[in-house]
Amino acid sequence: MLKSINLSFQYSGSTSIRFPDFTAEQGDQWLILGPSGSGKTTLLHLLGGLLSPTEGNVTLGDFNYATISAAKLDKFRGENIGIVFQKAHAVQSLSVMENLLLTQQLGGKSLDKKKIMDLLERLQIAHKANQKPNRLSAGEQQRVAIARAVVNQPRLILADEPTSALDDKNSTEVQNLLKESAEAVKAILLVVTHDNRLTSAFHKQLLLK
Amino acid sequence: MSILHLSWKNILNKPLNLVLNLVLFALGVGLISLLLLVNVQLEDKFEKNFAGIDLVIGAKGSPLQLILSSLYHLDAPTGNMPVSEAKAFLNPKHPIFKSAIPLSLGDSHRGYRIVGTNTGFIDLYTAKFADGKLFEENMEVVVGATVAKNLNIKLADEFKSSHGLIEDENLVHEDAAPFKVVGILEKTGSVIDQLIVTKTQSIWAVHDEHSHEAEESADHKHNEAEHNLEHDEAEHSEDLPLSSYEDKSITSLLVKFKGRNIQALNMARNINENTNFQAATPAIEINRLYTLLGVGEEALKAMALLIIFVSGLSIFISLFSSLRERKYELAVMRTLGARPGFLFQLIIFEGIIIAVLGYFCGIALSHGSMVLLADFLEKSYRYDFSAAIFLKEEIYIFGGSLVIGIIAAIIPAFQASKTDIHATLADNKG
Repeated sequence: MLKSINLSFQYSGSTSIRFPDFTAEQGDQWLILGPSGSGKTTLLHLLGGLLSPTEGNVTLGDFNYATISAAKLDKFRGENIGIVFQKAHAVQSLSVMENLLLTQQLGGKSLDKKKIMDLLERLQIAHKANQKPNRLSAGEQQRVAIARAVVNQPRLILADEPTSALDDKNSTEVQNLLKESAEAVKAILLVVTHDNRLTSAFHKQLLLK
Repeated sequence: MSILHLSWKNILNKPLNLVLNLVLFALGVGLISLLLLVNVQLEDKFEKNFAGIDLVIGAKGSPLQLILSSLYHLDAPTGNMPVSEAKAFLNPKHPIFKSAIPLSLGDSHRGYRIVGTNTGFIDLYTAKFADGKLFEENMEVVVGATVAKNLNIKLADEFKSSHGLIEDENLVHEDAAPFKVVGILEKTGSVIDQLIVTKTQSIWAVHDEHSHEAEESADHKHNEAEHNLEHDEAEHSEDLPLSSYEDKSITSLLVKFKGRNIQALNMARNINENTNFQAATPAIEINRLYTLLGVGEEALKAMALLIIFVSGLSIFISLFSSLRERKYELAVMRTLGARPGFLFQLIIFEGIIIAVLGYFCGIALSHGSMVLLADFLEKSYRYDFSAAIFLKEEIYIFGGSLVIGIIAAIIPAFQASKTDIHATLADNKG
């Protein structure tokens, strides 16, 4: 269960953004909508432990982000949270397979090539396993990003504008793959977007103002 | 996948940067290592060839030239010493000299110098015989190991010498009796490897013939040859001490003192002030030579250090600019659980890998060039150089290379470890 209580964040020299309290059960899939500047990405980073809130706190399961050291939080994130960004930003010097092995390693999991191949198979990019990421199309790169987010079977998957760089066809595919992958590992899925193509696919929506 | 492995992949991903960095680093390291290799071997050879000689006496001229020509067989001789005037030095019962070995220089065989001397010369370099024996008769020679190898000389081979120190067919003493090889020396690592050694009288015999030939008409050639044979025989049978050949000359004397007392130390000054000869102390002259060469060496060293500095700068710049390209993937690695220390090590290892590779390329470069240089140096310095010698200084250079790699990488590494995940990834919106 993911829970945020009384969360607010203040950028230096700017007014603070206050977020509504939010709770998601295991397996829930949420869409977080809002205009630019409403703090969607900030909220996502707070929930992912990439940013510390000015006030309030976040808990995932019985794990409270505010009460542990930065080192423990990094480790926790590697093990329990998968994040998909607008672009994949995979390590350019490594192949798709090596990128996913690195993800397993950084997440403290055992290296499992077969598991990765199965995952790539499901995402229809198994034939690109030994390619460098910059040889892949934008849609393929986002599939790699999804693979990277789910390969460690996290409890929470966060996606920040995962489809906004894609055309309609790829957008639909990536959106479906993301939802299926999250279901397959029974993770909470939170998608932040202003991409209207996604709104119909999510029943649970949170609107930021 | 270790951090080191990831660093390695990152470096390989920028092959042009890698090549530039390696070339610069290898040039710097290679130049320094080459300087050391040449220097250490030169000094070693110079020292080895001191052969315990305290003083070299020869005709007036440059003392450095006297030392170079008589001890190292590099330069041309300064001139001749008439035996009549040098008699006092040739006295075997000299109160100060333990030994005085006469040298007659100026002839050669196919570029290798022929030294007219006595058997003391061979003892000087503690040379052992690989084959054959010492020369006893006139025109018998003992050849050094390198000469024998390079000219493919065997026992009982005969050859005619040439006048002068370079190979020139027009200067061969055609009319003189040939030299006969009676002994071949083992390799000593000193200058004697590159020499052909014979009795002083052999050199005189060749030159007597020569001057007669010049003076007299061809008609008398036959008679004269006969005369000379008789003359030679007379010399053999009596085997007079060198000092009795008053009308002859030698080139120089290699002197060892009985002891290092005041008289011995004053000897050089006495000779320089009171005779037509000069006396030069090898240690002093060689130090002077080092000082002269040292300027060029210092300049080369400074250049090598400059190149290494530039290569360090180049590593720094390429790491730093690669950070800009990689800032998103570094931030993403942090979201995947990588600690700041992971990114710090990642970049530091990249610097170290380039430096270590550069070091080994540099060492390969210097030893490779040494192989090519050895041939040239052997001809110009008369010593065998080796490319297979590895110096402990090269380990220090390795340490230095590591330090440069780390210093070049430390600021980029620090910057990478400070990657602000939120700012970097929020910045990349739409």
